[in-house]
Amino acid sequence: MIAASSQVLSFPILSALVVLPLLGSIIVALLGRSRPEWVKLGALISSVTTGALSLWLLAAFKSGEAGFQFVSQHLWISQWGISWHLGVDGISLFLVVLTGILFPLVIVGIDPHHNETSYFAWMLLLQAGVMGSFLALDLFLFFVMFEIVLVPMYFLIGGWGYDQRVYAATKFFLYTMAGSAFMLVGIIATVALAQRDLGVITFDVVKIAEGASFSTNAARWLFISFAIAFAVKVPLFPFHTWLPDAHTQAPTGGSVILAGVLLKMGTYGFLRFGVYLFPQAAMWARPVLFTLAVIGIIYGAIAATMQRDLKRLVAYSSVAHLGFIVLGTFALSSQAVTGAVIQMVNHGVSTGALFLLVGMIYERRHTREIAELRGIQHVAPIFAGVFTVVMLSSVGLPGLNGFVGEFLILIGSFESARWWTIVATVGVVLAALYLLWAYQRVFHGEPDEANSSFKELNAKEGLLMAVFVAIILFTGIYPKPMLERIEPSVNSFIEHVEGRTK
Amino acid sequence: MNGLSAFAGPSIEWLSISPLLALLAGALILLLVGSLTNEWPKHWYSLTAVATSVAAIVLSVVLWRDVSNDGAKLLIGGSLTLDHFALLGSIAICSAVLLVSLITSDYLSRDGSDAPEIYALYLTAAIGAVVMISSNDLVVLFLGLETLSLSLYLLAASNRQESASQEAGLKYFILGGFASAFFLYGVALTYGVTGTTRLIDLNTALTSYISVPRNDVILLIGIGMILVGFAFKVSLAPFQMWTPDVYQGAPTPVTAFMASVGKVAALVALMRVFVVAFPSRSDDWGVVVLVLSAATLVVGSVVAIVQTNIKRMLAYSSISHAGFILVGLEAASHRDSVNAGDGLVAVGVYVALYAALVVGTFGVVTVVARNSSSEANSLDAFKGLAKNQPILGLVMTVFLLAQAGMPLTSGFVAKFGVIQSAVAVGSYQLAVIAMVCAVIAAFVYLRIMVSMWLSDGATTEKVSVPMLSRVAIGLAVAFTLLIGFLPSLILDLTSSLAELATK
Repeated sequence: MIAASSQVLSFPILSALVVLPLLGSIIVALLGRSRPEWVKLGALISSVTTGALSLWLLAAFKSGEAGFQFVSQHLWISQWGISWHLGVDGISLFLVVLTGILFPLVIVGIDPHHNETSYFAWMLLLQAGVMGSFLALDLFLFFVMFEIVLVPMYFLIGGWGYDQRVYAATKFFLYTMAGSAFMLVGIIATVALAQRDLGVITFDVVKIAEGASFSTNAARWLFISFAIAFAVKVPLFPFHTWLPDAHTQAPTGGSVILAGVLLKMGTYGFLRFGVYLFPQAAMWARPVLFTLAVIGIIYGAIAATMQRDLKRLVAYSSVAHLGFIVLGTFALSSQAVTGAVIQMVNHGVSTGALFLLVGMIYERRHTREIAELRGIQHVAPIFAGVFTVVMLSSVGLPGLNGFVGEFLILIGSFESARWWTIVATVGVVLAALYLLWAYQRVFHGEPDEANSSFKELNAKEGLLMAVFVAIILFTGIYPKPMLERIEPSVNSFIEHVEGRTK
Repeated sequence: MNGLSAFAGPSIEWLSISPLLALLAGALILLLVGSLTNEWPKHWYSLTAVATSVAAIVLSVVLWRDVSNDGAKLLIGGSLTLDHFALLGSIAICSAVLLVSLITSDYLSRDGSDAPEIYALYLTAAIGAVVMISSNDLVVLFLGLETLSLSLYLLAASNRQESASQEAGLKYFILGGFASAFFLYGVALTYGVTGTTRLIDLNTALTSYISVPRNDVILLIGIGMILVGFAFKVSLAPFQMWTPDVYQGAPTPVTAFMASVGKVAALVALMRVFVVAFPSRSDDWGVVVLVLSAATLVVGSVVAIVQTNIKRMLAYSSISHAGFILVGLEAASHRDSVNAGDGLVAVGVYVALYAALVVGTFGVVTVVARNSSSEANSLDAFKGLAKNQPILGLVMTVFLLAQAGMPLTSGFVAKFGVIQSAVAVGSYQLAVIAMVCAVIAAFVYLRIMVSMWLSDGATTEKVSVPMLSRVAIGLAVAFTLLIGFLPSLILDLTSSLAELATK
């Protein structure tokens, strides 16, 4: 039973961020039967309201404070010490905002083509799950959200994807579920062991992290169980094989969300749960994770270079980019972790935008084969211009958002992971190589007959991309407001880790 | 208990066995009145069974409150128990009878073969099941087991037009007979060693200082044979061979009945026997249970993948669920841990939630396969179901996700409890094996979901869901979701589950 909270809150904004899309999803599903023409409007209102709420959260968030804000805690399952416990700090703030913004953009911008009702209902359910994952401060609640996300994503890939969609959706579901199977055992064991120190049974992550101490051996096993789940979700090499399939087969909207926010649940999970709960074990496991991250960076880049399918190329570039984020996360210096958090958001924006653009190319040409495309720059200069900005942001060009994150990660990691960082730097160069080469093949040259009728961005698409470009430019030129909000939380996080490992 | 000359029957607490009496009355009414009168109006046979099970549930709830107030106790000279563990099992069994009767009525009246016998058999089986789970004596348990099993053999063969049903009944009868023989021989050997068949006295005899030697071979063989007997009944690997054939051949509502009532009864009784009578030998049987559990989980989830018939798939899935439940028994075998009682609670919760879940799942299968003209019960019948009928598809999806253990469904609550009990006593390996097998099993549920949502059906003909089935499936899905969102509802009730009747 959800009991009344002891705290008096003006407005439970975090709960609203989770519940609103859920309600939206149910309303959309119901509308589909009686008023199919209102479905899109309903989805739009729900997601835009959630987006607006997340922006309000951004405005109301007190920068300079390290702790959790807007905390809302209600007892849910008293027998197991489980509560509906939500909170936001600098680490999760921008991921929440990104989730809030990305969904309305996807819902406005991308047409599902068929079965609108269920498409929008799953989309909104997905938003509720992702929001919940980023906001949950209770291990049980987090697991519930982390796991429930699979269902809508499974149906989105399976229902609206391309030829191999059933295979890709099933693979996605089983891989991720296999990862979280270990995490569930880990969570329960964490709680059982923490109970000895805390005296009460609780799934509250803050209480466990601050109050419980695990034996070295136990902490290592527990960290491994969490790490497997997050490594699959990120995905880290060698658990990445579901990603190219899922991305390639998913509908554009699914890909944008998958790259934009879903993968971040893994990297965020590493920070919020893996490292926060078991700092010593994380330190112990660092070399392995650095190595896997760097292999991911190089392997993702090389694999991306080899791809013939534009969407698969972007998918592999994700593997490389997420390698950077993991590298930064485990470097465990203030700069590197700040960089990793920023890069989570940046990757969501730039890769999300890239998937949108690739989706637009597919809509126009019904192919994503690089060899089939040529000279688009001549017929659609604005499209090409937008693509250039987004691509350069992904490459990490100074002045655009990608640079801020990658730079901080590399600087921050150099101290603690020198050789890995040096190798990772090669990945930056490779990123430029595969993206520019792809750009060259797709946009340069003389358009042949099929490509000469390539349509320019229309007004709706233009507005959509304008939002992305604006975020890319703003973050790249003036990252200070973002840093101000992220850094205090990261610093206190690093203090916590250092306090436990020295 | 001394001289035969002075034999006096034990005092019988009539009120405390009232759920049993209610079930018996219902069965007798159906059999006697049903056979002496003309055919009753449509659905009346089923509604009689429903009314009977409702009465039994209400009486059980009343007894539940008595037990809460006065504590658990033994009945009829110590042969039956009255505690929350038994009552929860009774409520689960009677609820399953209720739901299955509703589905059966629609199933049978479609081709006009509705008759009182099948409901009378349901109720008789339920009597056997309730006796089994509340027995405190191996012989009484055997009586319950046979009452349940004999009814199930008949039920499995109840479709006289189908040779598959006949075959299922015969197969079940022969293998079930073997299992009963194993069980009975185990009881005899145990009796030979200890001189008693009362569960509580067995424990006393085995722990007293002039006791049976620690490694008494006869005793261990006896315990082993009792375990084998149970393993057949709950279809643990490697004794699961009969399950897919019987589940496939039996009429679908009967399959639902076997998977719910049969499983609940055997598992709850298994728990009670091993936790109450043989805790002193838990080092010996704990390992065996661990191996059985792991083997059952692996066989159930892996073999399910290659099946093409939905009833066989669900049969294997029920096998893997039994493996999951055994994880709880394994946890209870860690006697020295303070958390050993969690295993018992987890099993109680699991079987109660699983009963509703499995009846709901098979209920949908009954409705869908019944309507399809394509090869009966093959997965093809489900193709495109969700596109033609989103609500039925969604309901089935909820059941399948719950079986896979996705959060916000009762299946997750059940699995969580079992895994928690295993982790609490340090059985990490088994917990991990169980979770990995849950993922493998999820593939099967995904396959059914793929057929429903992502494939195009051969026909766009709508499946008609008759009224009573609609009620039954609706109740089951509501329960599945309600417990998923508010697990406290059931956890509140089960906090006292581990307090078994001892005197």
